[in-house]
Amino acid sequence: MLEVNDLHVTVEGTEILKGLSLTINAGEVHALMGPNGAGKSTLSAVIAGKDGYEVTQGSITFKGQDVLEMEIEERAQAGLLLGFQYPVEIPGVKNIYLLKAALNAQRAARGEDELPAPEFMKLVKEKLGLMKMDASFLQRAVNEGFSGGEKKRNEILQMLVLQPKLAMLDEIDSGLDIDAMKVVADGVNSLRAEDRAILLVTHYQRLLDYIVPDKVHVLVDGRIVKTGDAELAKELEANGYEGIEESAA
Amino acid sequence: MATEEMEQLVRRDYKEGFVTDIESDTLPPGLDENTIAFISNKKGEPEWMLEWRLEAFRQWQKMKEPSWAHLNYPPIDYQSISYFSAPKRPEDRPQSLDEVDPKLLETYEKLGIPLHERAALAGVAVDAVFDSVSVATTFKKQLAEAGVIFCSISEAIRDYPELVKQYLGTVVPQNDNYFAALNSAVFTDGSFVFVPEGVTCPMELSTYFRINAANTGQFERTLIICESRAQVSYLEGCTAPMRDENQLHAAVVELVALDDAYIKYSTVQNWYPGDEDGKGGIYNFVTKRGECRGARSRISWTQVETGSAITWKYPSCVLRGKDSIGEFYSVAVTNGRQQADTGTKMIHIGEGTRSYIVAKGISAGKSDQSYRGLVKIGPRAKGARNFTQCDSLLIGDKSGAHTFPYQEIGNSTAKVEHEATTSKIGEDQLFYCQSRGITEEDAVSMIVNGFCKDVFQELPMEFAVEAEALLNVTLEGAVG
Repeated sequence: MLEVNDLHVTVEGTEILKGLSLTINAGEVHALMGPNGAGKSTLSAVIAGKDGYEVTQGSITFKGQDVLEMEIEERAQAGLLLGFQYPVEIPGVKNIYLLKAALNAQRAARGEDELPAPEFMKLVKEKLGLMKMDASFLQRAVNEGFSGGEKKRNEILQMLVLQPKLAMLDEIDSGLDIDAMKVVADGVNSLRAEDRAILLVTHYQRLLDYIVPDKVHVLVDGRIVKTGDAELAKELEANGYEGIEESAA
Repeated sequence: MATEEMEQLVRRDYKEGFVTDIESDTLPPGLDENTIAFISNKKGEPEWMLEWRLEAFRQWQKMKEPSWAHLNYPPIDYQSISYFSAPKRPEDRPQSLDEVDPKLLETYEKLGIPLHERAALAGVAVDAVFDSVSVATTFKKQLAEAGVIFCSISEAIRDYPELVKQYLGTVVPQNDNYFAALNSAVFTDGSFVFVPEGVTCPMELSTYFRINAANTGQFERTLIICESRAQVSYLEGCTAPMRDENQLHAAVVELVALDDAYIKYSTVQNWYPGDEDGKGGIYNFVTKRGECRGARSRISWTQVETGSAITWKYPSCVLRGKDSIGEFYSVAVTNGRQQADTGTKMIHIGEGTRSYIVAKGISAGKSDQSYRGLVKIGPRAKGARNFTQCDSLLIGDKSGAHTFPYQEIGNSTAKVEHEATTSKIGEDQLFYCQSRGITEEDAVSMIVNGFCKDVFQELPMEFAVEAEALLNVTLEGAVG
C-alpha cells in the first residue's frame, strides 16, 4: 500500500531522514519508534505534505501513485490521513463544520454526492459515542480550549468519520492519562481493517500495550535500524534505544 | 454690509441659474451655489431646504479636507465632479451583458445572483428591473398599516417636512466634517424611515425594496427615527458589486432613538474596488452616526465592508439617554490595492451608558487597513462601560493592518476595556484543514469565516449567508 524508498529529507539545511525505506501493506499496524530527534514525526509530516520539508532523494508511493507529486488535499482525498501531535485551534469554526467539509471534500474527490445531513449526523453521533465524547464537542470551535486529551480524542474522531486507507498517528499518546489512552486506543483498534493500514509514531512502548502492532521499526538518526514484531517494542522498553543502536551497529 | 450684498448677489445668481438650467437634466461639472439651487429645484424642495443646503455649502467652503486618515489617494478636484445627473438614458448604457466587464459578471455568477438581476446591477439598459416596484408597493401598504413611513428622503422633504425639519442635521450637523458638509449641500437621495411610538416595524427594511433604489446617488442622505418603544431593523446595500460612474461617494446616515427604542442598522458594502491596479474604484467617505437620545435606547451598527478602493467610515453612537446602549460589529476585508480606514466612535454622555465594539479586519494582497476607534466618556457618564475587541488577520506578507484606539475618560467610575490581536492566517491552520482533504481556497474561507463569526451572527439571517459568500469571492486568490 505505502512504499517509502531510500527517503532523504532536509529541514532548513539539516538532513533529518537519511535513506529511510519502509513498506506498509493493507491490514497491517506498524509502529515507528525511536529516540527524540530521530526523525519519527518528519516521516509522517512528509507523507502528509507539510511545508518546509525538502525531499532530496528517494520516493514515496501510495497505491502506486507518486505521493510527492500530489497536493496536500489530494493526499488526504486518496486516503492518507495524519493525526496531529499538536492539533491547531481554529477559532470560530465549529468542529462539526470541519468534519462535514472534510468528509464532503473527500466524497467529492471520489465522485460521490454529499452525505445528507441526517445520515451525516447519525454517523458522527455513533463515532462520538465510541470516543466517549459529548455531542457538545461538535458545536465547539475546532480544538479551541480543548484539553490535551480532548484534542487527541478529536483527532481519532476525525479518523473514524473520514475512514482513511492509511491512518498516521503522530505521538497520539503524548499527554494522555491512562483512561484517555484507553479510549484513544479503543478508537484506533476499531479502525483496524483488512483494507486499511495504521502507522503509529510513538516514543513509548506504553501505547503498544493497548494497540498491538504487527511490525515495529526502530528509527535512529534518520534510518530504520531494526524491524521486528511487537516483542521488539518490549525489548526497547527494557534496554532502551542505546541497546538497539549497539546491536545494530 | 459687504457680506449682505454678496449674499444678495449670490442669491440673484442662483435664481437666474435655475431658470436657465431647468430644461437640462444633467449639470456640467462644477460646484457653486447655482449647482445647489439647481439640485434643490430639481427635487421640488421648499425654500427652507435650499437655505439649509446653502448654509452647509458656505461652511464647507471654509473647511479643509481631512488628511489624518491612514489613506493615500490623489487630491480630489471637487470642481470636476458633476453633482446632478439624471439616470443615464438607455442608449448611453451598455446595451447587453456582452459590453460589461467579464470579471464583474464572473463575480455575479459566483455569488449566485439571478441572470435578470445581473443586467440591472451592471447598469445594462433593461426594460423591467425585476418586479421591485410591485414588491415595494405590497410592502408599502403593510408598512402604512403599521404607521411606519419608509420613503426616499426627497419624498419625505415634500410630504413630511415637519419631521424632516425636526430631525435632519440634529445628529450629524451640517458642519460636522468636510464630507458631511459636502453631502448636506448636494445630497440627491437616500432613505427616510419614521417608526412611531410603540411600533415594531413589521419587516426588515431594505433599500432593495425602495422604488428609487436603482438610482442611489453618490451623495446619499439617510434619516431614521424611532420614537419611544419603537423598533426597526434596516438593511443597507447589496452583496453584488455595484458599478458606478461616480468615483466619489460621501453619504450621511443619521439615526435617532428615543426612550426604549431600538435601531439595528446593517450594511453590506461592496462597491467596485477598481481593477487590479486599483483604477476606477470608488472612494467611499461616509459619516454614519446614531444618537441614543432617550433612556434605555439602543443603536446597533453591523457592517461588512468588502468593496471600494478607499473606505473612510466610522459609524458612531452618541449615548445621551440614561442607560442607553451602543453597539458596533464590523468586518472589513481588503484585497488587491484597497485601502480602508474604518472604525467607530462611542460617545458616552448619559449615566450608565454601555457600548460594545467588535471589529474584525482582514487584509490580503497589497491592501492596507486601519481600525480607528474612539471611546469617550463624558463627565456625567457615571458608571459607563465599554468593551472593545479589535482583531486583525493578515493574509500573505504584503498586506498591512494598523490599530488606532483612542480613549478619553472623563469620569472615574467608568470601566473601559480594550482587547486587540493581530494574527497572520496560520500556515498550521491551513495545513490542518488541507490535510483533511479540504482545498486551500476552502480552508482560507473557512478560517476567515470563523474569524468573523462574532460579527456575522449579528447580521440578519439572509444577509449573513450572502456575506459569507461575498467574503469568499473577495478573498479569492489571496493565498498561493
